Amino acid sequence: MSRSYLPHWMHLLGSPPTFYRFAGALRPWLLASSLVLAAVGIYGGLVLAPTDYQQGDAYRIIFIHVPCAWMSLFAYACMAVAALAAMVWRVKLAEVIAMECAPVGAAFTLVTLITGSLWGRPMWGTWWTWDARLTSELVLLFLFLGVIGLFNAIEDRRRAARAASLLALVGIVNLPIVHYSVVWWNTLHQGSTVNFLGPSKIAPGMLWPLLLMALATHLYFFASVLNRARVGLLEVEGGKEWARTLVMESAR
Amino acid sequence: MNHDPARADAVLFCVRGLAFARNDEPVFGPLDFTLDRGETLLVEGDNGSGKTTLLRVLTGTLAASAGDIRFDGRVATHEVLAGRALFLGHHPGVKNDLSPRENLAFLAGLYGTHEGASIESALREVDLAIYADTPLRLLSAGQKKRAALARLALLPGDLWLLDEPYANLDRHGIELVNALVAAHIARGGATLLTSHGAVRFADPDARHVRLALSL
Amino acid sequence: MSTPSAGAACRALLRREFTLAWRRRGEMLLPLLYAVIVTTLFPFALGPDAALLARISGGVLLVTVLLAMLPALESMFRGDLEDGSLEQLLLAPQPLALLVLVRVLAHWATAALPLIVVAPLLALLLKLPADVLPVLLAALLLATPLLALLGAILSALTAGARRSAILLALMLLPLAVPVVIFAAGAVAAAQAGLPYLAPLLWLGAALVLALALAPFACAAALRIAVEA
Repeated sequence: MSRSYLPHWMHLLGSPPTFYRFAGALRPWLLASSLVLAAVGIYGGLVLAPTDYQQGDAYRIIFIHVPCAWMSLFAYACMAVAALAAMVWRVKLAEVIAMECAPVGAAFTLVTLITGSLWGRPMWGTWWTWDARLTSELVLLFLFLGVIGLFNAIEDRRRAARAASLLALVGIVNLPIVHYSVVWWNTLHQGSTVNFLGPSKIAPGMLWPLLLMALATHLYFFASVLNRARVGLLEVEGGKEWARTLVMESAR
Repeated sequence: MNHDPARADAVLFCVRGLAFARNDEPVFGPLDFTLDRGETLLVEGDNGSGKTTLLRVLTGTLAASAGDIRFDGRVATHEVLAGRALFLGHHPGVKNDLSPRENLAFLAGLYGTHEGASIESALREVDLAIYADTPLRLLSAGQKKRAALARLALLPGDLWLLDEPYANLDRHGIELVNALVAAHIARGGATLLTSHGAVRFADPDARHVRLALSL
Repeated sequence: MSTPSAGAACRALLRREFTLAWRRRGEMLLPLLYAVIVTTLFPFALGPDAALLARISGGVLLVTVLLAMLPALESMFRGDLEDGSLEQLLLAPQPLALLVLVRVLAHWATAALPLIVVAPLLALLLKLPADVLPVLLAALLLATPLLALLGAILSALTAGARRSAILLALMLLPLAVPVVIFAAGAVAAAQAGLPYLAPLLWLGAALVLALALAPFACAAALRIAVEA
């Protein structure tokens, strides 16, 4: 069948029991290294990094805000890649991974919005401003929620996953258009946008904790998605021999 | 494997090792059968035995979990089946706000008509000529069913896949289905139809397949 | 027994869609009524200050038209799925994406075009300057087919799901953001005496893109929907 187009190692890893064991073995390492890196990154960002000459200490929220913003886009990209694999090859594992990326991505997007709003209070004097970046992030949250909502509205798990995957792919075509249109809209209605995050502005003492945090959030994302995918696989593979044996063993 | 490839090519419809599982629960299969021109295959099974699922796999609406389906020697994709196979499912596939004539005109616009058939002749064959211009929602359940059956007398197609064609029909309607199938067979077509066994199919030569649930 | 040409199939589909729409013409009036009600509520909520109404009228009209299109979009393929006509459409020896395109355009003509026809009246109620009206109509003529094409994909995706108008709105919102921005932006720019052609051209480009791609996405979604 169509699976034979895949390379051998993918075929092997795509087998649910193998993936289940692989993900289970990998997850603690990912999670542990993510926590260690995050601890160092937070210490570096909140204690060691110099105070910003313009924003004072309020800028330090970027060590949470910026990695989460990157992760929200990264999560969407991961979801779209898995969704494409799910549509083209109908691989069950790809369907599960695509669907498990969505809640994690939505959570990162929500954290981005909340921290952005907290940051906006001292900087712009308001909790919310229709800045191009925040607005795009809000639209991204709705894209994630649409995928999650559609996935939950269809009874059959596999059909639901493929329908939601198609929506995720439509969304990725839409995303750059949204960003472009929001930027245009911003210039039409406000004249100038507030831009805090030129990469050139960042001092080296601020940069390394930021990159460390970015690495930590990536590892956390993978740990979280792998764990969710294990549960998701057990759900759709509940009738299979390996899943039954596993549950029986853990019950003992 | 087939011993004589030429023979396998000659068969109109050939199903090998066909199985379907929903969420890894086997629904039916593996099934093997062939269906040639001039043949009728009656798929029997109780309610819930997977007859409807089988037909939907055969039409390509559902993807099989294993096995292959060949039509005229080629893998039965949408493109191969389109226009060659005619499907009548549980849902009538007609619009309640349209009259039988309008429904048939739409289907004929998509599928074409078989030689010598017209909308008028098809409506006459299913005894709906006097209701030709009445919207379906004003007709009885049996008349609606006959409006759906009328497409069999109109549209082209070598292979008929009929899911419970006898449901909702009186004795007269059952004879009507049998006459339509007999005419199709005589033209060199093939028919696969399902029934839960309550109605006896008239053609004594028809081959029967009891759809065995995977136990 | 030759297969009808794609053109003949499209004509048959158009005839069916328009006949069905005519038989249910009472339903076609409901979105119009909805749009009239929503736009008349704004002056009551904000006061009859002509300058304020003129300032918001373009945006209000665009959002109202979008919302008025939602219920019809939600049920676009549901009936076809439930009565089995969708299966007949999918098994027909015709290019599915083309049939879908014709279906969506017929839907636009019966569900969105009447809204555009009453738009000048609504614009009058909301004190939109008369010289901006052509820009508003152009924006609507480009934006509504775009919304219909995007909505059709989502409608096909939700056809086999539990009935939910909110779900469709949630899914449509991110896709509609650029459409609303450019359409309302063109009207706002025209009102402010700024060049309005660029956003209209962007809408046109997006429409061409959607005309080319959306039918394929919609066809794929329909194939998933019939598995139910």
